Amino acid sequence: MEKPFVSLEYPERITALGVFNKNPVIAVNDLTARYGDHTILDGVSFQVLKGEIFAIMGGSGCGKSTLLKHMIGLYTPIKGTVMIHGVDIAGADEATLKHVRREMGVLFQSSGLLGSMNLAENVALPLLEHTDLSAATIARIVNMKLGMVNLSGYGHYLPSELSGGMKKRAGLARAMALDPTILFFDEPWAGLDPITSAELNNIIKGINAGIGTTMVIVTHKVESIVYLADQAIMLDRDERGIIAQGDPRELKKHSSDPRVATFLTSDTAELNKEDT
Amino acid sequence: MEGQKGCDITLFISGRIVLENIDEAMSEIRLGLEEVTPEKLTVDLSGIDYLDTAGAMILLQLESEAHALSIPFEFLRMAKKTKGIMNLLDSKTIAEPPLIPKSKAPGILEQVGLASLALFNDIVLVVTFLGELLFALAHCVMHPRSVRWGDVLLYMKRAGVEGLPIVGLISLLLGLIIAFMSSLQLRQFGGNIFVASLVGVAIVKELGPIMTAVVVAGRSGSAFAAEIGTMMVNEEVDALVTMGFEPIRFLAVPKVIAAIVVVPVLTLYADLFGIGGGLIIGVAGLDLTVFSFVRQIQKTIKAFDIVSSLVKSVVFAMLIAGIACQRGFQTRGGAHAVGASTTAAVVSAIFLIVVADSAFAIILHYIK
Repeated sequence: MEKPFVSLEYPERITALGVFNKNPVIAVNDLTARYGDHTILDGVSFQVLKGEIFAIMGGSGCGKSTLLKHMIGLYTPIKGTVMIHGVDIAGADEATLKHVRREMGVLFQSSGLLGSMNLAENVALPLLEHTDLSAATIARIVNMKLGMVNLSGYGHYLPSELSGGMKKRAGLARAMALDPTILFFDEPWAGLDPITSAELNNIIKGINAGIGTTMVIVTHKVESIVYLADQAIMLDRDERGIIAQGDPRELKKHSSDPRVATFLTSDTAELNKEDT
Repeated sequence: MEGQKGCDITLFISGRIVLENIDEAMSEIRLGLEEVTPEKLTVDLSGIDYLDTAGAMILLQLESEAHALSIPFEFLRMAKKTKGIMNLLDSKTIAEPPLIPKSKAPGILEQVGLASLALFNDIVLVVTFLGELLFALAHCVMHPRSVRWGDVLLYMKRAGVEGLPIVGLISLLLGLIIAFMSSLQLRQFGGNIFVASLVGVAIVKELGPIMTAVVVAGRSGSAFAAEIGTMMVNEEVDALVTMGFEPIRFLAVPKVIAAIVVVPVLTLYADLFGIGGGLIIGVAGLDLTVFSFVRQIQKTIKAFDIVSSLVKSVVFAMLIAGIACQRGFQTRGGAHAVGASTTAAVVSAIFLIVVADSAFAIILHYIK
C-alpha cells in the first residue's frame, strides 16, 4: 500500500483526501460539455500547477464559464474528468466532495453575496458552517479577511449598499474565508472601472504571492491576464476547445494564430503596462 | 518555552497553525504565558511547518496583546513564506471590535412608535400609488390604444384561465361543507329544502366573491409582486423610466385590467361550483330533487345579490392587483426583498379584501 502524501506546503486536511501527487492541483482530462445537443467543449485537457495564476480566456460564448462550472463541480461532464487535488469530483462521494469543496473558494461574476446578510455575516457564513471556532475568533477572522480586501469597517453594510467593486472584494473575502488552496474567479473585472480593476489585480496578486493560493481566472480582459497570469489557455467557440496555451505574455508576442493574436492585442490598456 | 519567570522569555511555536486549531493554539500560548509573566517576549517561528492566514492572525494578535501590556515583543527566525502571509494582514484591523453587530432590541414604546410610523408611511405610499393607478387607468380609458392589450390577455390567462381548477375545486368543497353541516341541523326540523337557500345565500353573497379573491391574491397577487419586485431589483424598471415609459402604465395597468376582467368571471364560476357542491349533498343526502333544489335557489337569490357580488369582486380585483403592484414597486435590495414584497402583497391584499367586504356588508344592507 502506498504511503499517503505528506507535504509541509499543504494543510493536513488535503493529505487526508488521499492525494499522492502535489502537482497538478487541477487536472482536466478530455472534458466534453454539452447543452442539449449543442456541444460547447469537446475533449478539453489541461493542468493547473500549485501556486499558479491560471487564466481561461476567450471570446463570448466560447464555453469559459461552462468550463469553470465543471471545474467547481456545479456541472457533471458528459465525458472526461476533472481532478482537484487528485480527486475526480464527478465520481466522488458526497463526503469526499465536501472535503474537496472546502479547498475551493469561488468569486462569482455577480459576487454571489447573500442580500439578506451584511458583509460580516456573509464572510462568517463558511466559517460557521465548516469550523467549530468561537464567535470571537470568527469575528476576528472576518475583520482580517475584510481588511485583506481593503473593506475594513464595512462589515455592517448590506451588499445592496455597496458599489460593484466593493461587492467583488467582499465576495473575494468570503471566498477566502476558509483559506482555500484554490480560488476560482468568474469574470472578476466585469463591470469594474480601470482603477477598481487595478486595485482588484493588486489584491489578487498579493494573495497569490503571500499565501501561494492557486488561482483560476475566467476572463476576457486581456491586460489583466497579461499582468497576472502565469499560464493561460484560450478557448474558441468554433473549435469547441483550446486553441492556445502557455505564458500569456509569450502568446501575445509570438502567437502565429491570427485568432489568438487578434484577441490578445485588441484590448491593450495602458494600465499595468509597466508591470508587465 | 525558554527563560526564567519574570525575565526574557522565548516562545517556540512549531507544527501547523491553521484555521482548525487556532483556538486551541491561542489558549495554550496564553496559558503558558500567564504562568511566566515575561518582561520581554520573543517568539521563535522556525519550527512552523504550515501556516494559513488564520494562524498568522493569532501571531499578530499575540503581538498586539504584548504591546497592549507594554511587553517588548519580537518575532525570531520567520520563514519567507510566513513573512509573506503576515505582510498581507493588518494587525490594527484584527484588533478592532468584532464587526458582526449585536442588534439591540428596541423597547416596547420604541417598537410601538416605529410600528406606527411604518404604518403611517405605508398608508401614505399605498394611497399615493392608488391615486397614480387611478390616474393611469383613466388615461387608458381615454386612450385605449395606449394599453398593452397583449399583456392584458397574458395576465387574463395566468390569473383567470389557469386559476379555474383551484377556484372550482375550493368552491365545490365549500358548497359541500356548508350543505352538509347545515343539513345536520335543518334535518331535525324538517327544513331540508332550506339547505339550498343557505348554500345559495352564503356562496353568492359572501363566500364566492371572498374565496375567489383570496385564491387570486395568493396565486396572482404574489406573482405580480414578485415579477415587479424582481424587475426593480434588476434595474429593469429604471431602464423603462429612462426610455420614457411610465412604469405604472406599462407594468401595473395591464395587470389591473386583467384582474378586473377575470375576477368577476371567476366569482360567477365559483358561485356555480359552490351551488353544485350543495346540490350534491342535497340530492345524495337529503332526498331533494335537482329541480326543487334549483327552484329554491332561484327563490332565494335575487338579481341584486348577483350584481352586488360582481361589484364586490371588481373592487377586490382592483385591491389585489393594485396592492400587489404597489408592493412590487416598493421592493429595494436583493432576493430577500422580493420575498418580503411578495408576502406583504398577499397579506395586505387579504386584509384589504376583508375590510372592503365588511364595508360592503354595511353599505349593501342600507341600499337594499
